[in-house]
Amino acid sequence: MDPILLARIQFGANISFHILFPTITIALGWVLLFFKVAFNRSGNEKWMNAYRFWVKVFALSFALGVVSGITMSFQFGTNWPGFMERVGNIAGPLLAYEVLTAFFLEATFLGIMLFGFRKVPNWMHTLATFLVAFGTTMSAFWILVLNSWMHTPAGFELRDGVAFATDWWAIIFNPSMPYRLAHMLLASGLTCAFLIAGLSAFRWLRQDRGPDVMAALRTGVAIGAVLIPVQIFVGDLHGLNTLQHQPAKVAAMEGNWTTKGHVPLLLFALPNETTRSNDFEIGIPGGASLILKHDFAGVVPGLNDFVAPDGTRLHPPVAPVFFAFRIMVGMGVLMLMVSWLAAWQLWRRGDIGVPLAWVLVGMTFAGWVATLSGWYVTEIGRQPWLVTGVLTTAQAASTVPGGMIAATLAMYLAIYAILIAAYISVLFHLAGKGLKGVASPTGAGVAKGGAPVHPAGATAKDK
Amino acid sequence: MSSFLDGHTLPLIFAALMAISILAYVILDGYDLGVGMLMAHGDRAERDKMVATIGPFWDANETWLVLGIGLLLVAFPTAHGVVLQALYLPVALMLLGLTLRGVAFEFRVKAQAQYQRWWDWAFIGGSTLSSLTQGYMLGLYIMGFKEGWVTQAFALAAAAGLAAAYCFVGATWLIGKTDGALQRRAVGWSRWTLVATAISMVAVSLATPLVSPRIFERWFAFPNIIGLLPIPLMTGALFLSLWVFLKRMPRTDHSLDFVPFLGAVSLFVLGFLGLAYSFYPYIVPEKLTIWQAASAPESLFIILMGALVVLPVIAAYTAFSYYVFRGKATELRYD
Repeated sequence: MDPILLARIQFGANISFHILFPTITIALGWVLLFFKVAFNRSGNEKWMNAYRFWVKVFALSFALGVVSGITMSFQFGTNWPGFMERVGNIAGPLLAYEVLTAFFLEATFLGIMLFGFRKVPNWMHTLATFLVAFGTTMSAFWILVLNSWMHTPAGFELRDGVAFATDWWAIIFNPSMPYRLAHMLLASGLTCAFLIAGLSAFRWLRQDRGPDVMAALRTGVAIGAVLIPVQIFVGDLHGLNTLQHQPAKVAAMEGNWTTKGHVPLLLFALPNETTRSNDFEIGIPGGASLILKHDFAGVVPGLNDFVAPDGTRLHPPVAPVFFAFRIMVGMGVLMLMVSWLAAWQLWRRGDIGVPLAWVLVGMTFAGWVATLSGWYVTEIGRQPWLVTGVLTTAQAASTVPGGMIAATLAMYLAIYAILIAAYISVLFHLAGKGLKGVASPTGAGVAKGGAPVHPAGATAKDK
Repeated sequence: MSSFLDGHTLPLIFAALMAISILAYVILDGYDLGVGMLMAHGDRAERDKMVATIGPFWDANETWLVLGIGLLLVAFPTAHGVVLQALYLPVALMLLGLTLRGVAFEFRVKAQAQYQRWWDWAFIGGSTLSSLTQGYMLGLYIMGFKEGWVTQAFALAAAAGLAAAYCFVGATWLIGKTDGALQRRAVGWSRWTLVATAISMVAVSLATPLVSPRIFERWFAFPNIIGLLPIPLMTGALFLSLWVFLKRMPRTDHSLDFVPFLGAVSLFVLGFLGLAYSFYPYIVPEKLTIWQAASAPESLFIILMGALVVLPVIAAYTAFSYYVFRGKATELRYD
């Protein structure tokens, strides 16, 4: 197999695995701060109990994010040495600022947030929670600045093929940064909202219906119901920004081959790169033109505009972008329906009801699906470029032999599969333990003088 | 930009910053990884106590690796590419080890009861794999990434040596953070790992000048040797004093419990200074100097400004965290 493709699959697998966990922790940090502040203000134990349950989820998710992030910091060099050689003058400072202003902050105060409740004053513990949430968000800021710069580079000049910074303000606030950052932070909020709602609904179904579970359920549903319309609006703005700066990506998202007006909004099609047309197309006439140009006759760019005279393809592979985009949008629509229905049900009836609770459980990781497919749209959509117009992915690849990449790829995939399975099963295990009567704040699941926390023996032990 | 911070000085400053980060990582995650390896000798209750001594710190400790490798990446991109491609497989294995160790912190207490023991072994195995591969890479680096069985043999010996050194610093950390039976066991572990560490340091110190005439010249040419003599002498004296001190541990009075750990840190610092002196100004031995590998001064300047503001703040809150969790470790609990 082609070493570049293997390197891309390996890096893609790592970065896909990594993003699952920051997507949860970025928003969950702020939700924990909300629980903590609500407790400080009301003195109501339910908020502290909600905090104690969700801080475990946070700790577990954070650890997975840390280890996969460390892997990534090495894979920049092992897989894409050309990236730093050509654009390191831009990417370097941005990554350095991420480590300096975010990683140390979150890692250090995480220790105090998790284990310092009895060792520091309450205000200090609340401050530590804030600093962890702030650190995760700063980390998201810097990495999205860099990612956005790779999509819409600005503020630099090329000397002998190497990028040199000319205007840091323009680099940081590059054209797609505000949209991408907002889109990603909202994605994190939604992922976290559905995780909280899903696990809380699971606890509710297991007859674990204490005030802390209901408070978390309401919080999750409320966050989801409020953020999803905002996300749809911001996503639309982001799409218009992409149309302006990366028209080939939008052409692939719409499955539109020739530049023309009255472009349909395709609900389904099989893009065919051999015939350069779509098979089995079902669409709403003029829909894409209306969304992108706010006019049925609006001219939408087509993929055929991005082919070099010698036949070299200068647009991304169409099918992955086309389908990933539909999965993301479909998930968004589903999130809108479910969160509004759940909000209405909780508000009108005061309870969630069994069928809807099961739907929420089924959508516990809906945010992951939407976030990953969104990232595939934007990252595959940037191909063949690594940095738009500056550096192609092939130019940045390493000289490591394909066999070595394939062997390590198999190792990474195996460990990621194990870890995802363990993560999901442990989350439901932690959620299910409430039923055993260990919802009381005794830190169940934490090392307690050595005796393993055995589900069957937990009741007696924690009484 | 002032003429002081030019293309000559900036790479030097960044080499120093990177060296400090790597040294901080080796000491700080070194004790974490050492404790992780020593967990092989503990029962479940002892393992819980051992994890409790490192639980609040490990994440920040590991961040020094990200900073070190990040500085290599951003300040010396050419060297980063060369080094990491040469170390492709050991890096992948080290990452596997760090991954297993890092997630096992959480899974060993949160997973279903029947799996908790597996995660304990993932913790131990991950710590061991990370330490061995780091030592192996250090060995390859010292040998200048040369091919052949001599390099491989030396790298394997270095792997065992660094793992022993990590176990030693981990054992001294446990002496400081625990008491009672576990502390007594830690004293025992520290004695034999001290001997193993001494043997490895002597081996590396002898091998390095032998593989490189340039390094031989640096250490043994005439006026140099006089000025440099304190480094091996101090190291030797430190080994002896640590041996004598550990013979008298554990003490009923706990006021000196951190002395062995501080001694171990001093050993790491001396060993690191020796290596740094041997390899300066090369960042890839005998191939690339720090100036040949450095990024554009403009970009280094931007990073330096941030680092000068932020690093003291990081140092302050790191100190605060060690202050909060000072003294003997207590059970890890969230409430």
